[in-house]
Amino acid sequence: MTSRTLHDARVVETTDVAVGARRVVLEPPTGARRRADPGTHLDVRVEVPGGRPEIRSYSVVDSTPDGSRLAITVLRSPTSRGGSAHVHRLRPGDVLRCTAPLQNFPVRIGAQRYLLLAGGVGITALAATARTLTRLGADVDLVYAGRSRDRMPYLQDLQAELGDRVHPAVSEEGDRLDVDALIARTAREAPGTEAYVCGPLGLLDAVTRAWRRHGLPPTALRYETFGSSGRHSAQAFRVQLPALGIETVVEPGSTVLESLQRSGADLMYDCLKGECGLCVLPVRHVDGLVDHRDVYLSEQQREAADSLCVCVSRVAAGPQGREPLLVLDLP
Amino acid sequence: MTRRTTVTELDVPGRVTAKIFPHPLNAWYAVAWDHEVTAKAPTARTVAGRPLALYRTQDGRPVALDDACWHRLAPLSLGKLVGRDGIQCPYHGLQYNAAGRCTAMPAQPTVNPSALVTSHPVVERHRYVWVWPGDPLLADAATIPDMHQMDSPEWAGDGLTIEAPCNYQLILDNLMDLTHEEFVHGSSIGQAELSESEFTTRHEDDGSVTVTRWMRDVEPPPFWRKNMRDKFPGFEGRVDRWQIIHYYAPSTICIDVGVAEAGTGAPEGDRSRGVNGYVMNTITPETDTTSHYFWAFMRNYRLDSQLITTQLREGVRGVFAEDEAMLVAQQRAIDANPDKVFYSLTVDAGGMWVRRTLDRMLAAEGRALTIPASPASPATAPARATS
Repeated sequence: MTSRTLHDARVVETTDVAVGARRVVLEPPTGARRRADPGTHLDVRVEVPGGRPEIRSYSVVDSTPDGSRLAITVLRSPTSRGGSAHVHRLRPGDVLRCTAPLQNFPVRIGAQRYLLLAGGVGITALAATARTLTRLGADVDLVYAGRSRDRMPYLQDLQAELGDRVHPAVSEEGDRLDVDALIARTAREAPGTEAYVCGPLGLLDAVTRAWRRHGLPPTALRYETFGSSGRHSAQAFRVQLPALGIETVVEPGSTVLESLQRSGADLMYDCLKGECGLCVLPVRHVDGLVDHRDVYLSEQQREAADSLCVCVSRVAAGPQGREPLLVLDLP
Repeated sequence: MTRRTTVTELDVPGRVTAKIFPHPLNAWYAVAWDHEVTAKAPTARTVAGRPLALYRTQDGRPVALDDACWHRLAPLSLGKLVGRDGIQCPYHGLQYNAAGRCTAMPAQPTVNPSALVTSHPVVERHRYVWVWPGDPLLADAATIPDMHQMDSPEWAGDGLTIEAPCNYQLILDNLMDLTHEEFVHGSSIGQAELSESEFTTRHEDDGSVTVTRWMRDVEPPPFWRKNMRDKFPGFEGRVDRWQIIHYYAPSTICIDVGVAEAGTGAPEGDRSRGVNGYVMNTITPETDTTSHYFWAFMRNYRLDSQLITTQLREGVRGVFAEDEAMLVAQQRAIDANPDKVFYSLTVDAGGMWVRRTLDRMLAAEGRALTIPASPASPATAPARATS
């Protein structure tokens, strides 16, 4: 279990490692030191204009084995809502409120081959993974895309350490990453590949589409999601279960399952994460937009629009602005 | 060279002479001979208390998965191999790839992304398949013990596995002190000079230990006379005999053994008038009281003789059967005497360094042994915090 408690980490070093990219080395207090495994990140409290603190997530790019020093690397974003500006203002001796390392992007040992695909500062989520897999003797390729070499943090370090396992794709040098060709080659030559992707949304979309198009197994494509939360924000909606004579309201902080149970429905469920499918109920009618937040239903099942994972999925108001309503059946 | 590590705390007496020694988890263990792991069907083997399903992918890479399906824990080793690198649960048909990721759930259209079994780091080296049962992120293939004689063109030989019903540490004790040969192996390699000759014990910072014993100008016992005659037909006379025991943490022992015509300079480094073998041993704990004991006898003469390879393997098999009988009896006596403890002799120096190495590895994992109160150690030893 990871703790999301914030503590005061001391800034011990700040360095520019690429155009606009600042490396910040943090020293957590002794009681809060935890080894940072590859793929971990810190939740960091930043001040944004208007003075309200917000939480941002930054990958741990490297760390000491005992977690006494952790490095994050943050790109100064012109469209920043203030998070990257806050980190770029830090100087040695300052304090940053952050969590211990949290894991959303763990690497699995034992795949036939690994393709790590980083775009720009996305390398921060994959550098430690690349080093670990190399030490384990795994078959690993790190494809690292960027506009120019001076905008690609840690490129030289990684090339020096990992040699020809690193494949830079530098668009200003006329070497633009061809995602479709790369995934097509993977499907042809090494279909047992497990891919880990971190970079701009455009890159992730392109990889996801190519991965599907070339028939590669969906579970072998890994990317970091900092808490997936549906396409619509959670809002209150009415739910009816006529078979049991139930009508109730699902508040934004609650779920269909909880609301129906509170009204006396005895329903089956297990994982409460939208994964196992045990809680699926038939949908009789919907006013509004169904927001599937599970990973259980297939695309065809979603298109059929006749079932719902009641542990996580919701309904949002449609464009007509009518009060959203969900009418369910029992299986 | 001696150990230069600063010892900040005295090792607790009694703890390293534990009768049932726990095994480090952050270590490489040989789990199978290369030929035992196939791309045809999985093999079940318990290592360091963990049941594993071992198999090869279609391109020949060994895989070690936890032997329990994510769903209802049915053993995957009873299933079949599917696709390029997969295994199928025999119960409900779930399929996993070499990384332990579930790739198919036959009764539903999607696969739960949380469905995983642990895939352990695996390396094939020196004719064995090695697995790291502990924290995979600490595994480093460079720390697999040096057993290069197993597949070097300069050495020939073969070996077998003993499924030994005893704690692995008893086998390490056995191999680190060879004075037992006089009493256990009197008809083959034993002789009185084993106990009478001097020996030296060295230990290194990485936990490795070397015990060296030379017996000068002795009658060769039957096993060694036969080996001398294989290389020097009709050999008669006395020999200088050596045993140089190399221990590599956690549980590999390679013993440089041989004899040379007495007085021809073998102790000084000229072994040309002698025969040299390496007894390769790597012991993998299965449970606290059972062990997989992989051994081989390698030689660096008459490399092309399959006859000698088979004779040596069968000869050593006979010798090791005598050890096994003693270890079985010893474990039984240990179990029957829970209130009694181990005491040490000077010949245990090597074995005691091995125990201390293991004790420090366990402490580094936060698993230092707590000694139960007993007549010899009235105070229960507290677990050490430092390694």
